Amino acid sequence: MSERNNSAWSPSSREIERRVLRRKLSRKQGLIAAISSTLVLGTLVTILVTSPGWEVVKATFFDIEYGKEVFPTVLSGLWINLQLTFIGGIAIGIIALGLALLRTTKSPALTPFRFLATAYVDIFRGAPLILIILLVGFGVPALRLQGISSNVIVLGTVAVVLTYSAYVAEVIRSGILSIHPSQRAAARSLGLTSGQTMRFVVLPQAIRRVVPPLLNDFVSLLKDTGLVSILGVTDAVRAAQINASRTFNYTPYVVAAILFLLITIPMTRYTDRAIRHRTQAQNSEGAI
Amino acid sequence: MANVLELQNVRKAFGTEVVLNNLSLSVPEHTATVLIGASGSGKSTLLRCINLLETIDDGQIFLDGQEITDPAIKVDDVRRKLGMVFQSFNLFPHKSVLENITLAPIKVQNKSADEAREIAMKLLTRFDLADKSDEYPDRLSGGQQQRVAIIRSLAVNPRLLLLDEITSALDPVLVNEVLSIVRDLKQDGMTMVLATHEMGFATQVADEVCFLESGNILERGSAEQVLKNPANPKTQEFLKRVHQAGRL
Repeated sequence: MSERNNSAWSPSSREIERRVLRRKLSRKQGLIAAISSTLVLGTLVTILVTSPGWEVVKATFFDIEYGKEVFPTVLSGLWINLQLTFIGGIAIGIIALGLALLRTTKSPALTPFRFLATAYVDIFRGAPLILIILLVGFGVPALRLQGISSNVIVLGTVAVVLTYSAYVAEVIRSGILSIHPSQRAAARSLGLTSGQTMRFVVLPQAIRRVVPPLLNDFVSLLKDTGLVSILGVTDAVRAAQINASRTFNYTPYVVAAILFLLITIPMTRYTDRAIRHRTQAQNSEGAI
Repeated sequence: MANVLELQNVRKAFGTEVVLNNLSLSVPEHTATVLIGASGSGKSTLLRCINLLETIDDGQIFLDGQEITDPAIKVDDVRRKLGMVFQSFNLFPHKSVLENITLAPIKVQNKSADEAREIAMKLLTRFDLADKSDEYPDRLSGGQQQRVAIIRSLAVNPRLLLLDEITSALDPVLVNEVLSIVRDLKQDGMTMVLATHEMGFATQVADEVCFLESGNILERGSAEQVLKNPANPKTQEFLKRVHQAGRL
């Protein structure tokens, strides 16, 4: 269609004038933005660098030589955080899906499980994660049960999975509840059972809808794996702590923070983009 | 002729609001029964009760002589015999046209994917939509979406088709492409119950027209009788308003 419209069309003289003017205006705006940014940021940096305590701050937090020295240890600690995030993430996904399905089922046979799932979510969503880590990490080995691991990495992961399953279950449940009842009515009127309706019609749409909030939770999960350091797991946080307490120089913490940021900032940017796409898609869905 | 559908003294209330009041209706095989009436007169609720999407508060509904309002009946088995098309199409947005149509034949009737596809393509070809089989619903016009929705309900070979104001959400230009499918189905001998505001269309397909008002059928008879020479003053009043809105 555009071919048909474009072949005989060339811009009118007024349109050409308008384009020249628009280009001029946007150049002017770019110049203003550049000047303003240089002034503000330049002033801030100057104040920071010329302030009396700057040398001490630099030596304590931004010691580049020391930073280079501890970088490999902190990085290998971060590898633990990443492993924990991915293995935990998979377990969380499976458990959370089960919890969300149990909480939304109306099947009478599953009533006790629905009740248990609700209680589980209430407890683990409401209790501070650090308490759960302490309880599982130090409490479970104290039981001296046979066959139960006393490896702090395993126990730390279990604690994080317990808590995050509750968070993620609620996100998935909200997605399930957000699917319009007319979709269910259409599926049921075709003769699909309630289970088939959930599996083939409701859940695929629900999961798609909650991908952005799930990505948010994934970023939080990565950060919160740092909490298992209190069990003595040598993750990035713990590795930084060991070095910092040895030298009273806090650069290792900054190194660890930068490493986390290098992963989380791109992920949050991606999440924001996914949310924007989702919102646009949802707005156009309204027209269906 | 045997009655495919039989409603006896059906009552349905939402809280204190009685939506269907002591309503009885018989639908013989190969006939089309058209429900007319103002919004809120109970047309949609009636169709949803037949499809067991709503539970009735009293009375009985029979499908091919079997009481489907028996609490012990398997709801899914009943729905397998009924096709329903909604005002808002309700296609599955995450599935292509073909997948929308083949879902029930594959999962409910346990047909093979090939067999289901063949049935779907035959119907799509018949109603001029074969080239849209791989599109997703949001790429189709309203009229195309509603035609796909009709095909989706036909693919399971229903005993009775329920059509709930299927053209009310459509641009006037698109109404006819949807209604012509229904005319075709009528000619095939499909048994149908439909709620509509299209009086001209009602005249063409209806074997019986029922005028609903506050949950009851106030007047029933042939299209000629009810739409051209209504006896009940309320029917006259309703048709006058429809006429003023330019829909007759």
